[in-house]
Amino acid sequence: MLHIKCPHCGLRSQNEFSYGGDATVKRPELNKEVSDQDWDNFVYLRKSPRGKHLELWQHISGCRQWIKVERDTLTHEIFKTLKANEKV
Amino acid sequence: MSEKFRLDKGGLINRNKKISFKFNNKKYYGYEGDTLASALIANGVHLVGRSFKYHRPRGFFGAGVDEPYAIVQMNRNNEVDPNVRATEQELFEGLEAKSVNCWPNVNFDIGAINNFLGKFFPAGFYYKTFMWPKSFWYKVYEPIIRKAAGFGAASIKHDKEKYEHKYEYCDLLITGSGPSGLASAYAAAQNGAKVILAEDKSRFGGSLLTSEVTIGNQSGREWAEKIMSELKSMPNVVVKNRSQVFGYYDHNMLVMSERISDHLPKTEKYSPKQRLWYIRAKEVIISSGSIERPLVFGNNDTPGVMLSSAAKEYLKIYGALVGKKPLVFTNNDSGYETAIEFKKNGIDPVVLDTRKDPNSEIIKEAKDLNINIKFSYVVVAAKGYKKVNSADIANISEDKKNISNIENIKCDCICVSGFWTPTIHLASQSGNKTKFNEEIDAFVPSQSKQKETTLGSANGIFTLEETLKTSFEKGAELSKQITNKENNISVPAVIEKKSSNHDKFWCVPLPEGKNYKRFLDFQNDVSVSDIQLALREGYRSIEHVKRYTTLGMATDQGRTSNLNGLQLVSDIENKVVPQVGHTTFRPPYSPISIGAIVGREIGKHSKPTRKSPMHYWHEKNNAVFVDAGVWLRPRYYKQGNENLFEASKREAKNVRQNVGVCDVTTLGKIDIKGPDAAEFLNRVYTNAWLKLPIGKARYGVMLREDGIVMDDGTTTRISENHYHMTTTTAQAANVLSHLEYYLQLVWPELNVNVVSSTEQWAGAAIAGPKSRDVLQKLFPDLDVSNEGLPFMGYIEDNLFGVNAKIFRISFSGELAYEVNVESDNGNFMWEKIMDIGKDFNIQPYGTEALSTLRIEMGHVAGSELDGRTIPYDNSLEGLVSKKKDFIGKRSLSKTAFVATDRQKVVGVVPLDKKTSIPEGSYIVKDPNVKLPIPKLGHVSASCWSVEYDNPFSLAIIKDGKNMIGQKLFAMSPLKNKTIPVEIVSSHYVDPQGERVRS
Ligand SMILES: [Zn+2]
Repeated sequence: MLHIKCPHCGLRSQNEFSYGGDATVKRPELNKEVSDQDWDNFVYLRKSPRGKHLELWQHISGCRQWIKVERDTLTHEIFKTLKANEKV
Repeated sequence: MSEKFRLDKGGLINRNKKISFKFNNKKYYGYEGDTLASALIANGVHLVGRSFKYHRPRGFFGAGVDEPYAIVQMNRNNEVDPNVRATEQELFEGLEAKSVNCWPNVNFDIGAINNFLGKFFPAGFYYKTFMWPKSFWYKVYEPIIRKAAGFGAASIKHDKEKYEHKYEYCDLLITGSGPSGLASAYAAAQNGAKVILAEDKSRFGGSLLTSEVTIGNQSGREWAEKIMSELKSMPNVVVKNRSQVFGYYDHNMLVMSERISDHLPKTEKYSPKQRLWYIRAKEVIISSGSIERPLVFGNNDTPGVMLSSAAKEYLKIYGALVGKKPLVFTNNDSGYETAIEFKKNGIDPVVLDTRKDPNSEIIKEAKDLNINIKFSYVVVAAKGYKKVNSADIANISEDKKNISNIENIKCDCICVSGFWTPTIHLASQSGNKTKFNEEIDAFVPSQSKQKETTLGSANGIFTLEETLKTSFEKGAELSKQITNKENNISVPAVIEKKSSNHDKFWCVPLPEGKNYKRFLDFQNDVSVSDIQLALREGYRSIEHVKRYTTLGMATDQGRTSNLNGLQLVSDIENKVVPQVGHTTFRPPYSPISIGAIVGREIGKHSKPTRKSPMHYWHEKNNAVFVDAGVWLRPRYYKQGNENLFEASKREAKNVRQNVGVCDVTTLGKIDIKGPDAAEFLNRVYTNAWLKLPIGKARYGVMLREDGIVMDDGTTTRISENHYHMTTTTAQAANVLSHLEYYLQLVWPELNVNVVSSTEQWAGAAIAGPKSRDVLQKLFPDLDVSNEGLPFMGYIEDNLFGVNAKIFRISFSGELAYEVNVESDNGNFMWEKIMDIGKDFNIQPYGTEALSTLRIEMGHVAGSELDGRTIPYDNSLEGLVSKKKDFIGKRSLSKTAFVATDRQKVVGVVPLDKKTSIPEGSYIVKDPNVKLPIPKLGHVSASCWSVEYDNPFSLAIIKDGKNMIGQKLFAMSPLKNKTIPVEIVSSHYVDPQGERVRS
């Protein structure tokens, strides 16, 4: 079980969190033309990298904040965790 | 029966307490402190089971967790426990155990015929034999394999025992209480570190309990006892015996299984049988020791052939003799310790040493004791079927390729020592890339990946002096980093015998013309010839060889077989062992019970049970409950001998004719506040929200970004910047996370807060033509007219002194109101409603009637909003705004979603107006065409329409909008039914929706 440092609460066990996927995906802006291709990329296409991955987790059994976690998908090493509005 | 193989004195058993037990229905005696294995050995019992594949007789091979053979089925306090190692099971009064893998019994086993059918079970035989014909698999092969496989039979009864989970944090977790564990624990504890010391066995001390060493001025055992008593007295130290750390997981999380009650006749009251510890440790010290390696020779699986260290342990800890005419077969000095122990107890052993002329203190001691030692000698084959009765021994040439002068000598046990294998499982599980140590012919940990340090013989260090020194140092160093304290401890002086080098010899060649089975893996019956065959057939990767031959795949994880298997592969391949590499070690290190994994999360504890404030009223009024997510909801209220069908029909009918009340507390409720709340809702829902007036509710549908309907519900504008959202019971948690996602990550500029208020409100839906009358009496001062409180209106009022929120919304399709009060007042509200409603024939209704009412109205719910449908499919396209953008809108223009024959919800009525259509049935055009029959869609929900008194279903079918009026078929292969049906509108009752507005 991973040990994730919530930037709001501190180190907590993985079972307090739920996974939210790639944190680098950006939702196309509302009311703007989006090509089929771009929209499909946003909705469906995700990279599955081996190594460093910036991803979202929600501290559902804690502060309920969505946070960013930079994790190695191979070794599970966590390099850093960030608040939702922070950049790597 | 007397204990013929028990020494008169010695050992750590309590000779003042005799214990009776049964093995294979026969009564024996042992002592407190015995294991089942030691007690059986003391009684001269060596036949304890049959092997897995060939059903050859099985005895004891080890004395602890390394035991591959002696697996028994326990019967304890009327519960069976399969897959128990006799070497680990402590004896208790009345213990009952049985052999496994034997039919009809251990002495005569029909399966043993496999042993004589030569080629029946070669390597990969499962893959070869059971490939074809396919039809044979279920009826012939699988039952045979099932009967033949496994170590014991699991009970089909509910396990009455309790198991617990515990979460713990510590500075240092130390796995094993041998010299390295004790020294490092002691040093760390002195520095004030929070230490957990785990020992798999019942006794602390590890090898110190059986070795002849001096530490300071004490014997090894006395020193261990002194350290243990100090550790036990320290508040920062937790010591746990009978506790196996079996798994090393990510981020220094380790899991330990504590066997609290397995050694007792029955579990004490208020105590669990076992406890699983999840331990997050800052540092881990792996002090798991090493396991003696077998030597490979003919029939080396015969009962009576065992590890020499085990024989020594039976002598020194249990005062039990594994034989009275022992043969010790060794390639190193360890065998001599066992031989000397025999000799000291009046037994004359013969030592066969594969080495030519080794020299060391202990060999000299053995010579001085006049022990018969034969150098350059090997055991060629053990003789005897159910127990060793003699051995063919021979000279071995210096290059170890040839044997000569084979002779047969009498013996009743063969104690083998092929040097030591460090127990590196935990280090390997943690991600440590182990390295091969040529000096000891074994893998040892190298670069740590997590915070783990391996010490002592687990790290390939076999002298006590170095072990103690490095362990004291490491314990001090690691703890100092955590506590910043340093208490200097002087390392005590050690007296131990220096060993000479071991012989890199592990497998005795076959004599000319003999074809003995030489076993590598004792638990899975894998012999040298099996590995040879696998390699001849082209298997190269050690992982493939493992799976093909099952080498090291048994419950003992190859503790005794691994390295010899690797040696063989590397010999045949002309490689060195590190090139072959070892297979992956996976948790658990040794089997743990399913009960321990499950813990208390069983039965009604497997998930939380949520009850509404009116739950006990429902109970008192004969409600039959149903699980709705984690909630318990009344399904129906039973009157007299009614069944579900009759009761729900009565309840639904009463709603249509009079008035009913339903507990809707379980609906998800989310409080939404902030100046941008309207804008936010406008983006979340598919319909328009900017102009919703205060005091009005609106029905909304929300999508996922892929255009699929996520949830639906009503949201009410309470005040300028305050909204009250309801979700379905099932989706409440997901919707909240969904909203938080968009507010925190996508549109952080929106000034909105959301919080779950599900538990804060108790809700009652009052529905039916007489609901307005009930409402009027509940709120006498309120204008409840259609003008005063119109459809989708909202108002707050006082319910006999209690604040209430009144929503005029309807799920049943009738004139209806939902009243919410603070949870604590829920029961008060409910009783008032029932009391006042009496005059209007009010009846409570459950989820079954609720479903009936919504289905015949064509209101979609979870069975239609099933994660595969878009608004159009549910006839909700009218709620999709063309003007504004919202979550998932862009996806709705996908080609498949705008197809002209897109699926749509319809109503289905059986032509005979009698036959209910099973939910999940397929709708097909022609049931008589060749399989597979093209399906048009499926039946999502079925009910008995109380309005028309005939069955009615909803279905989602292709081109639904053009199918109304068609005569089709509903097919349920599961129920073996084909029902002719007519497709009708999904709005079966009150299609204009007049009642809700009346
Ligand atoms: Zn948090």
